[in-house]
Amino acid sequence: MYFLRRLLFLVPLALIISFLAFAFVRLMPGGPFDRERAAPSPEVRKAMEAKYLLDKPLLVQYWHYLEGLLKGDLGPSMKYRNHTVNDIVLQGLPISLTLGLSAFLFALGVGIPLGFFTAVYKGRWPDYTGSFVALLFFCVPALVIGPVLIMFFAIKLGWFPVALWGSPLHVILPTVTLGIYFSGRIARLMREGMMTTLNAEFVTTARAKGLNETAVLLKHAFRLGVLPVVSYSGPLLADLLTGSFVVESIFQIPGIGVFLVNSLFSRDHTMTVGLVLLYAVLLLVLNLIVDLVYTIIDPRIRYE
Amino acid sequence: MSDAAVSVNALSLAAADTREHLSPNQQAWRGFRRNRPAIVSSALLGVLVLLVVLWPLWRTSTLSDLVPRALTFSPTELTDEPFSAPNPTHWLGTDANGRDILSRMFYGARISLVVGLVGAGVSLVIGVLWGAVAGYVGGRVDNVMMRIVDILYCLPSIIFVVLLMALVENQFRAWLSGTFSPQLGGLARMLLLFIGLGAVSWLTMARIVRGQVLSLRTRQFVHASRSLGAGTARILRRHILPNVYGIIIVYVTLTIPSIILYESFLSFLGLGIRPPQASLGWLISEGALQINPIRIYWWMILYPAGLLGLTLLALNFVGDGLRDAWDPRTKE
Repeated sequence: MYFLRRLLFLVPLALIISFLAFAFVRLMPGGPFDRERAAPSPEVRKAMEAKYLLDKPLLVQYWHYLEGLLKGDLGPSMKYRNHTVNDIVLQGLPISLTLGLSAFLFALGVGIPLGFFTAVYKGRWPDYTGSFVALLFFCVPALVIGPVLIMFFAIKLGWFPVALWGSPLHVILPTVTLGIYFSGRIARLMREGMMTTLNAEFVTTARAKGLNETAVLLKHAFRLGVLPVVSYSGPLLADLLTGSFVVESIFQIPGIGVFLVNSLFSRDHTMTVGLVLLYAVLLLVLNLIVDLVYTIIDPRIRYE
Repeated sequence: MSDAAVSVNALSLAAADTREHLSPNQQAWRGFRRNRPAIVSSALLGVLVLLVVLWPLWRTSTLSDLVPRALTFSPTELTDEPFSAPNPTHWLGTDANGRDILSRMFYGARISLVVGLVGAGVSLVIGVLWGAVAGYVGGRVDNVMMRIVDILYCLPSIIFVVLLMALVENQFRAWLSGTFSPQLGGLARMLLLFIGLGAVSWLTMARIVRGQVLSLRTRQFVHASRSLGAGTARILRRHILPNVYGIIIVYVTLTIPSIILYESFLSFLGLGIRPPQASLGWLISEGALQINPIRIYWWMILYPAGLLGLTLLALNFVGDGLRDAWDPRTKE
């Protein structure tokens, strides 16, 4: 019931976000046709503005946009003529999602074991080494590690392609670049979660009844210890996105992040609104899923 | 039991005894001072701050004779030896325009640190006010305010910064030039960046402060104060905020590196600091532009990236140390 309500709540939220994005981009100074290579004559300009309804009041424009949106149409791009925003999304979204998902898995795959072991070996040298590595990961943002990885693995050793997208080999360097910062962050959360859990009474009980340590750690403690990581997954997705703008531009990957940043420069209004809306809805839905997973892992949590 | 053991016991008892007389803040400072990585990092940051503050002074004043020539290049000085590798004249090499990398790094680090500090300050003000009001007023207001935080949490905040900058940059510049001086108008973009970055980084702070205030406002000393006739503003200022300021300090320290990082992202995408100003992120992106398979100008990337990484590492060590010392949840 609760999740159904949340799901329904997404609709007005998406509407609000789309309207805010729509109003904001229209308020920005400059229009999409300011930087044409050949400056259009006033008549041509007028005709172009009329074509995209830019001469109408804001609410009329928004109403037309909503009508399109209901049919699943994000409108035409104002900069890439002959392309609709849908075209760009269809072409770029799978790439961005692949990158985001593989970085997400990389971050979890490295971060969770690292955090787990540092917590289990608390106060001994594996803890100090592991925690330092985690902190180090945490301090090498994409734009530091990306160029360094390219210089070393792609140019010097020639193991991986320098940039672009296509084969599975293309995925590896961007994934590491994007994921490494978050793996450090997750390791720290995991360590904290495990340490609180290991002090809990039910862990002592499990040990007292003679369970072997592996079962205590993996079956009993892990389940609660991983909760901080799960609750971070929501914001993590938003952060991955910000990071993916940078990674896509370092490796010149044709995902949608690049289009979003460029559309802000070129005042490609429909593109900006469409992509912002897409990102927002994507994140809201993913957050809902995170909350669902949360209740599955920890049945004590009840949403009213 | 041997005499030695007894005296050790007595000592530890005495130590426990004196500790009880320390205020929580004094205890926290003691804990912090025992944390070696945090102390080393603080010293490192202190040196860095001193360097970037003093560097423009010794570079331009008569003192410049006392330091090696390599330390006195101007960050905008063009020489006719672009892309030269680190050498005795240019310790860390030169960039595409022949500018000295070391001086560019001093300059960039200064802007990065200022961005971090001011941004954290802005996020502090917004976050503490938002969290304190939501937590103290409670009920429906709290619900609405925290839902807003939830929603903002899952939106890509980079878009807000970009929109804010695109939206008001021109007006802001005109206003600054008109009201103050044209010189200040040139800094409009940077000032807006400070505000914008702070304005999207207050969410965690608001959540933490709200949680603390929520638990504090039902305490007896707050009830006592209210029954003595104190108003909301006074209770917040006198009784609630002093009790949360330890945690506030901790999270401000942890916000600084994340804002520095954020700014470097924006600069890298061409949305942040613009030349002639330069931050560490901008320097790295300049270096990344020069990546090509024929010749690697590694010094253009490695040194600024190293300094950025080191600064972030030190800030995080200090933040962690402060948190271990202050946050009651991390106490054993």
